[in-house]
Amino acid sequence: MLPSYLTMAAILFCIGLYGALVKRNAIIVLLSIELMLNAVNLNLVAFSKYGVVPSLTGQVFALFTITVAAAEAAVGVAVLIALFRARGTVNMDEFDEMRR
Amino acid sequence: MDHFTQTAWLIPLFPLAAFLLLTALGRSYRKAGVLIGSIGSLAALVMSLLVLFERLGSDAVDYSNSFKWIDFGDVTFRIGFEVTNLNALMLVIVTVVSFLVNVYSAGYMKKDERITVFYGYVALFTFAMLGLVLSDNMLIFYIFWELVGVCSFLLVGFWYAKPAARAAAKKAFIVTRIGDAGLLLGIIVLFWYMPGHALDFSNIHNVFNEGQSGAITMSITTSIALLLFMGVIGKSGQFPLHVWLPDAMEGPTPISALIHAATMVAAGVFLLARTFDIFEASAAAMHTVAYFGGFTAIFAATVAIAQKDIKRILAYSTISQLGYMVMAMGLGSMTGGIFHLFTHAFFKALLFLAAGSVIHAVHTQNIHEMGGLSSKMRVTTWTFAIGTLSLSGIPPFSGFWSKDTILATALDENPFLFAVGLAAAFCTALYMSRLFFIVFTGKSRLPHSVEVKESSKVMTIPLLVLAVISIGAGFVETPWNGWLGRWLTGGAEEAHASGAAIVASIAVGVLGIYIGWLMYGKSSIERGVTSARMPWVANVLEKQYYMNEFYAVAIVKPVRGLGKGLNAIDEYVIGVAVRFIGLAAGAGSRMLNRLNNGQTQTYGLTAMIGLVVIIVAIVGRRFW
Repeated sequence: MLPSYLTMAAILFCIGLYGALVKRNAIIVLLSIELMLNAVNLNLVAFSKYGVVPSLTGQVFALFTITVAAAEAAVGVAVLIALFRARGTVNMDEFDEMRR
Repeated sequence: MDHFTQTAWLIPLFPLAAFLLLTALGRSYRKAGVLIGSIGSLAALVMSLLVLFERLGSDAVDYSNSFKWIDFGDVTFRIGFEVTNLNALMLVIVTVVSFLVNVYSAGYMKKDERITVFYGYVALFTFAMLGLVLSDNMLIFYIFWELVGVCSFLLVGFWYAKPAARAAAKKAFIVTRIGDAGLLLGIIVLFWYMPGHALDFSNIHNVFNEGQSGAITMSITTSIALLLFMGVIGKSGQFPLHVWLPDAMEGPTPISALIHAATMVAAGVFLLARTFDIFEASAAAMHTVAYFGGFTAIFAATVAIAQKDIKRILAYSTISQLGYMVMAMGLGSMTGGIFHLFTHAFFKALLFLAAGSVIHAVHTQNIHEMGGLSSKMRVTTWTFAIGTLSLSGIPPFSGFWSKDTILATALDENPFLFAVGLAAAFCTALYMSRLFFIVFTGKSRLPHSVEVKESSKVMTIPLLVLAVISIGAGFVETPWNGWLGRWLTGGAEEAHASGAAIVASIAVGVLGIYIGWLMYGKSSIERGVTSARMPWVANVLEKQYYMNEFYAVAIVKPVRGLGKGLNAIDEYVIGVAVRFIGLAAGAGSRMLNRLNNGQTQTYGLTAMIGLVVIIVAIVGRRFW
């Protein structure tokens, strides 16, 4: 069972990575990041159930990750709204403040 | 007892102090500069005379003293001085000429604005030459030998505003350097093979002295001797490295007298005398030395016949006389070589200073533009005549006795070289009488605007002193009294005396002067007789056997080509590589700069590529 979970998680992670690196729309980038986080959660749960040493710790850890991800998404969306108010766009190509 | 001998190391320090003082004072103290330079050389002269007189009396033993300089493993280099009879004689020669030149220059260089610098250089030169004479080992000798070369360079190029002087200075330095390279190699080989790596002259004497030469094999001895002789060829203007000496006449005339006639060029002959044991241990080296000397003597004498420049004639005469000295050494007569060095130093310095007096008066060096100077410049004329007679080998002037010693040796040892020497003596008499009669007799060919008058006392008195020495100096060694030879070599060398040689040398001397008088004094032989009948002979002689042209084609051009080739490699291989590296770095930095565009996604992509590379590297290493 473990390999199919891991494969599923890897595919999910790659889709998320692709979206985070390539997409223009900042909201989709945020969604892609959530996708990658969920891929990681899937791995954690899969290992805690079918790993060499099964334990509940992995599932608890996944719960924590979901909580942190929710907080992160809230902060991310808040930053995005602030950016949209300031620049009037959510296009990633126009956000190059880090250059200065 | 040996009080003065023991303090001989002070002698070079007087001119050195004068040099330092003159350099510190700068150019403004013109009168003081002359005074300081002259006092420095006068002090050295007095000390040298005291040393000489101390050694004259009894059989003085050689004195040497030294202190440790550097340790290299088991080898110790020492700095020290040595006083032998030969050294004492050289000290006096150098200081006498140096002092008189100092006095003379006060008149000759009076109007030059860098006279203080000039006196500083002369003092430095005197220091270097005295150090060379006194040095007790080959290493110190070599250091002073180079220092002398530097002074020669500085003084030849003293009037550096003239392009010819600059070129001549460079030429003098580079050409003698070729010989110096040989000398250095010789010293290194000597150092390598000497027992205990000793380089001092007394050890060299002991090792190479007859009967004990087993320590070093014959072939090594010969190669050391020939390498040392290369240094002699360079410094003493022997064929084929003589080309620098005529050009060196671009320097001020007192310098020509001091350095390029009397003292520095004699350093080569002095080196021969100092390392005479090495040469004596190898018959092949002796023959080489003798034939080089003989060839140089006749070669330069013939060139001197056809020159126009008064100083150039005297320069070729110097080369020819140095050839005589070297030939005498090669024939085994150290006495003859040193004796001729001794007399030549005085009469050649006299001739140069007198020529300087003439140039000072008429402002040209071309003898065909002079003429009829005898009535206006009495002292110069008479002293020049004494120098001419001495150089031509007319008794009782000093040049006769020394030349006769050499010719008598040659007659005993090698009749062919005797003939060469006689021919050279004939040419010498001929070119000197040509020079004398063209310059001092006949009608004046000077433009009327030039008013000729005798030079001032400060210039004529050194001439008179040198003239007296030129007359008297020959009597230290005559066919019936070999005092100098006994004193110099401790009686090891048998004196050569031969009536035939005396008669022959007087005959060719008189004949040469007579023909010169017929052609240029009385004009009963047409002057252009050679150039009309055999124009190519006159042409070849006037062009100095095309030696300069030959070198320009055979050596200067290939070397220059090589230099250009190497320069091209530098420019197109190394330079291009360097420029490529620079460009590559620039391009790389521009590329990296493009990545820094402020966009989060690019940064993320870069980080991911880096991660992939690291993973590939780690995983790949496992499968390597």
